[in-house]
Amino acid sequence: MAGTVAEKPVGTSTLRDDAQPAPAESGALAHSRIAIIASALLPVMLLAGILYFLVRRGTGLNLAPPAPIERVEFERVELYPGEIRAHVINTGPEPVTIAQVQVGWLNRASWEFTVTPNATIPRLGRAIVRIPYPWVAGEPYEVVLLTANTLVFTHEIAIAAETPVAGGSTLASLALLGVYVGVIPVFLGIGWLPFLRALPQRWYYFFLNLTVGLLVFLGVDALHEALESAARVPGPYQGVALILIGLSLSILLLYAISGRVKDREGSGGSGLLLAYTIALSIGVHNLGEGLAIGGAYALGEIATGTLLVLGFTLHNLTEGVAVVAPVVRARFRWGHLLWLGLIAGLPTIAGTMAGALAYSALWSVLFLAVGAGAIIQVVIEITRHQIRESGAASLANAFNVAGFAAGLAVMYVTGLFVTV
Amino acid sequence: MISVEQAARANGHHHPPTLGSGLYQYEHPGRRRFDPQQVFNPELPPPTPAPNGIREFTLVLEEDQMHEVAPGVKMPAWTFNGSLPGPVLRATEGDTIRVTLVNKGRLPHSIHFHGIHPAKMDGVFEIVAPGAQFTYEFTAAPFGIMPYHCHTMPTSQHIHNGLYGMLIIDPKQGRKPMRELAMVMSAFDLDRDGEADFYAWNGRAFQYADHPVTLTRGELVRMYVLNMFEERMVPHLHGNMYQLYPSGTSLQPAEYTDVKTLNIAERAVLEFQYDFPGFYMFQCHVSEHMEQGLMGWFNVVEPKALVAQKERR
Repeated sequence: MAGTVAEKPVGTSTLRDDAQPAPAESGALAHSRIAIIASALLPVMLLAGILYFLVRRGTGLNLAPPAPIERVEFERVELYPGEIRAHVINTGPEPVTIAQVQVGWLNRASWEFTVTPNATIPRLGRAIVRIPYPWVAGEPYEVVLLTANTLVFTHEIAIAAETPVAGGSTLASLALLGVYVGVIPVFLGIGWLPFLRALPQRWYYFFLNLTVGLLVFLGVDALHEALESAARVPGPYQGVALILIGLSLSILLLYAISGRVKDREGSGGSGLLLAYTIALSIGVHNLGEGLAIGGAYALGEIATGTLLVLGFTLHNLTEGVAVVAPVVRARFRWGHLLWLGLIAGLPTIAGTMAGALAYSALWSVLFLAVGAGAIIQVVIEITRHQIRESGAASLANAFNVAGFAAGLAVMYVTGLFVTV
Repeated sequence: MISVEQAARANGHHHPPTLGSGLYQYEHPGRRRFDPQQVFNPELPPPTPAPNGIREFTLVLEEDQMHEVAPGVKMPAWTFNGSLPGPVLRATEGDTIRVTLVNKGRLPHSIHFHGIHPAKMDGVFEIVAPGAQFTYEFTAAPFGIMPYHCHTMPTSQHIHNGLYGMLIIDPKQGRKPMRELAMVMSAFDLDRDGEADFYAWNGRAFQYADHPVTLTRGELVRMYVLNMFEERMVPHLHGNMYQLYPSGTSLQPAEYTDVKTLNIAERAVLEFQYDFPGFYMFQCHVSEHMEQGLMGWFNVVEPKALVAQKERR
């Protein structure tokens, strides 16, 4: 950073060049360079001094807390036959010692347990609490950790179900879940392409706006999910800030990528490019959604019943329509459809498997946010695409507004099946 | 990971701790249990006559004494003579009881005794300031188990934090000499959410599971039981029945049973003997209370003479 700051006023001839005669320049240049470097370094050195002083002498604020501040968060609770296994993280300012464990059913009962690697967990340290408890599938439980300083931390298991172990059959059924929820609906939606092609021009715009409606709904939904999961992210990892980072970076990154592709190919293939951008953004979204589904499954919080899978299938059908909407008028090789479907759908499989096997709220939040950002970028791009083709006035056209509203309505109605 | 069978087996048997793992054995990290030195001694020595008919006690009240309520879990407690529950005070009907309360805390405190006494000795008006002391004096009456506890507002907090104990007033003619145990039932709400986190015999959850009370087969046992928590408690003995003397105010048993619901501040004398050797649980029959610490073991052993006889053979 210091280098660019120092060089800029020198290279681009500014006031200094005009004001100073040539021979004096090199001496003045060296002088100013030193001054600039010094001005950059001085605050850093002062900061180091202050930090050293604070570490050595303390802040001078004698604000000892009246009671110990401790915070233990549950990252993940797994259920195996005869065992409850809680993965916890100490997110408080001080080390914490887990002294007793209780398991609640109707009432809480003190229970045996072991903690690895150590019952005393350093700040931001992790530990696994193993409780040999004969839990019964389908029952609700509460896992209660009591610290040596009498603080109580609880985690609710809404419905006990065995945690999937990374075995072949579990992986296969999780992959199948991903196929049902992500891949099949996307391809079914793509299958509408010939029908969409046969429609007159204004119906094409109707569907394009319907897609925007779908995507806006999807984006808001993803943000909502991300915010919900953010509550589960351990405090110091700042779940809401992660959403901001994922959201903004994905928008900027997609613009950077699509800008580069446009530069190379010209604006001719913009319909197909848009389709790929949509597929990619939906793919990232589906990865986040898959993580959430798999995670909920791992946490024993949803029963992946037929109705739920059906709901997701119906819900995601619309994603396929969204992917192909920009290419309804374009000519391209059919092979692209396969790729579009795979890009949009396959990440769901990766998500469900990863989520169920190693659920982490942190990753779920990040991918949901990245997906939401991608969707926002796509909504902007589709809108620009439409303005380019038929003018800004077309956005307010009653037919197109109806399309947008229909998109929201479709998502809302299919969403009814998904809400647990 | 333990198998379902192992878990079921462990769950199916309440193994006495001395025989190895059962689910009431707390596998504390580092295998730490209660220090035997900490265990509240439930034994009551036989009553002795008071010199000149005067019983004098001094109770030193301190706040924020770290009290290990369950293995590894320490709460700041308020104590009489550093003990939770407070020491068992014992007098004979008609004795003059003098209890000096020395308040070493930062808050005002008092002692309210149950029983018959003048209003100015009731512990409601004689609030003892920090650093001050006060002597409560009254004639022991009637015989029975009389709880004592701090009655300074907010009383719920003063009691919950540990300021309670048992005053036993013996009948003039005495009771039949027996092995005697004192057991206070209470509970602790550590996070103040209105639900107790640990329940305990004599102030420490599971202390008699870690350190069973040894009894001798055929020995007559009298247990003084007091409920000092604001929930019903149900003292229950395994493998046995007891003669019940409600409040200990009569010499005639009211009932022969193995469960008796003690309501808030209610107390009873239980008399029993074990006919067979082995480990027997004594618990509160409210399952939640038992599961959170209100249980322990009697280890009933053969009389020494019999053991010696067997060894000789």
